[in-house]
Amino acid sequence: MAEVEETLKRIQSHKGVIGTMVVNAEGIPIRTTLDNSTTVQYAGLLHQLTMKARSTVRDIDPQNDLTFLRIRSKKHEIMVAPDKEYLLIVIQNPCE
Amino acid sequence: MEIVYVYVKKRSEFGKQCNFSDRQAELNIDIPPNPELAEQFVERNPVDTGIQCSTSMSEHEANTERFEMETRGVNHVEGGWPKDVNPLELEQTIRFRKKVEKDENYINAIMQLGSIMEHCIKQNNAIDIYQEYFDDEDAVEVTEEAPSAKTINVFRDPQEIKRPATHLSWHPDGNRKLAVAYSCLDFQRAPEGMSHESYIWDLENPNRPEIALKPSSPLVTLEYNPKDSHVLLGGCYNGQIACWDTRKGSLVAELSTIEFSHRDPVYSTIWLQSKTGTECFSASTDGQVMWWDIRKLSQPTEVVIMDITKKEQLENALGAISLEFESTLPTKFMVGTEQGIVISCNRKAKTSAEKILYTFSGHHGPIYALQRNPFYPKNFLTVGDWTARIWSEDSRESSIMWTKYHMAYLTDGAWSPVRPAVFFTTKMDGTLDIWDFVFKQCDPALSLKDNGCFIACGSQLGTATLLEVSHGLCTLQRNEKNTASSIFERETRREKILEARHREMRLKEKGKVEGRDDDLREEQPAVNLEELVSKAEEEFFDIIFTELKKKEAEAMKSKLVGALSGGLGGPGGSQGA
Repeated sequence: MAEVEETLKRIQSHKGVIGTMVVNAEGIPIRTTLDNSTTVQYAGLLHQLTMKARSTVRDIDPQNDLTFLRIRSKKHEIMVAPDKEYLLIVIQNPCE
Repeated sequence: MEIVYVYVKKRSEFGKQCNFSDRQAELNIDIPPNPELAEQFVERNPVDTGIQCSTSMSEHEANTERFEMETRGVNHVEGGWPKDVNPLELEQTIRFRKKVEKDENYINAIMQLGSIMEHCIKQNNAIDIYQEYFDDEDAVEVTEEAPSAKTINVFRDPQEIKRPATHLSWHPDGNRKLAVAYSCLDFQRAPEGMSHESYIWDLENPNRPEIALKPSSPLVTLEYNPKDSHVLLGGCYNGQIACWDTRKGSLVAELSTIEFSHRDPVYSTIWLQSKTGTECFSASTDGQVMWWDIRKLSQPTEVVIMDITKKEQLENALGAISLEFESTLPTKFMVGTEQGIVISCNRKAKTSAEKILYTFSGHHGPIYALQRNPFYPKNFLTVGDWTARIWSEDSRESSIMWTKYHMAYLTDGAWSPVRPAVFFTTKMDGTLDIWDFVFKQCDPALSLKDNGCFIACGSQLGTATLLEVSHGLCTLQRNEKNTASSIFERETRREKILEARHREMRLKEKGKVEGRDDDLREEQPAVNLEELVSKAEEEFFDIIFTELKKKEAEAMKSKLVGALSGGLGGPGGSQGA
């Protein structure tokens, strides 16, 4: 339990990280550092996108599976680490 | 046979409404069949009919129902909460969350995901993968290809008797047309029946000239008016100046009067920058430079005599072969003469004597081309005898840079309008040299055998060749301007230093001489060229004789040595000889 806290805190404290959140398979945000509405938005949208990405990868090669998803935009980078039940989402501003 | 049915109607009943009613059928006529008619026909057996054996199909059209589409947005609300949890109640949601966090799965998952995530975050922080390297440098022109030029078109003189192409002028609006002047410059050796015509060629059509210009005497030089592309100025072999308007046809629009024109062929004409765009000036080997206004060619507006002794004597005047005028320096112009001297003159001077500012001498023969560098107007190129020289206005004693003496006479030269360090020269043996003195200073960068991106080259047989120069020679290199200007400055400085030293030496000599006879010494150099020549000859032969004597003495010495040392083997005596 404490390790989880520590991990999440460590992630949040990295340079450039804007926000961190953990979402479960139903789209419920378990832990978040951003405000509720933003979290809800990210959770819903990214969940769908991750599902789509995963199915794409598996369609091309059924033995394959999605390990990580990175979306780089003009303003920041959204990183999604998917799991069977949960999703870890981090929004970072890459340093330049 | 007609079948007719007759009925009767009262006149008063006309126009009445029709009342229809049913009635039984009546037999009107009965025509029985006539068997005699059957003999007019022949029974046909067999009868050919086409039939087709295929599945019979029917055609039916159907239209699908319209597929309606609608765009909708999704508004995310919190969802997925289990039934027992009310998402609006903070306590319940917190409790739920706490429960999930205690789940072992959750802990494992987070640990794993956390490490992956950290790796990527650190990656992001370490390197910006989208960084642009070499952003501020312009696209590097990779000129690894050797400089080259390609012949695009050859324009041959359509006349049977070939005449040399003496002058070329490009159309001012870009490279569509070329005006070429043809004339035979050998004194009185123009063949019988040689045509006087000069042509304007369109680059797309090398077979026939676009317009032919018909003067009364062959044209030595031809120039487009840079302001008005329909007007051309030509200088004739008999000394007159002629003006054409291509819209009016091929005959001369205006011609200067013979009495006031030059007395020798007009070798060079240039348009001047003026508000009216109608002023020009011309130079000829009779020693005069005349200014004209096109609208009134009967008399020149001004005449300057190229006499460097400033006494305005036509007899002493030097024949002018080339003219140079730069629109950025409108009051100055330069004249290249037959005697190898470049005279720089000031237009605005009040008296003719003050017109001539200074002279540059250095060539041994007529200066056929004279042009300022389009980027650094203080430096100019002269082409004459067997060399091409680059001068700077500051150093008047000698040129700052020059090419080595070639085997053939140089006939013309020009700067590249795009690159400040590139210039072209043509030689009597038919080669076109392209010099790039940022690249190589002792040899041309490219030599082309006859026959700023396009050069047009005129030849003795009257053919004009259009060349396209390779990319590397016509795009401005990085730093080229700086390099070229630094080369110019360096050479100018060198010349100045030499000049200063020469002056010092001369002053010293003068100082010595002034101790003795001043006047005699000063006048002597101007007079008695023959004495100097004979003196030089004597000195020359003296030196040769002393050298020969020295060699003989050495030969004798070595013979003696050989004889003394005895049979040391080998022909020791013949070494000295």
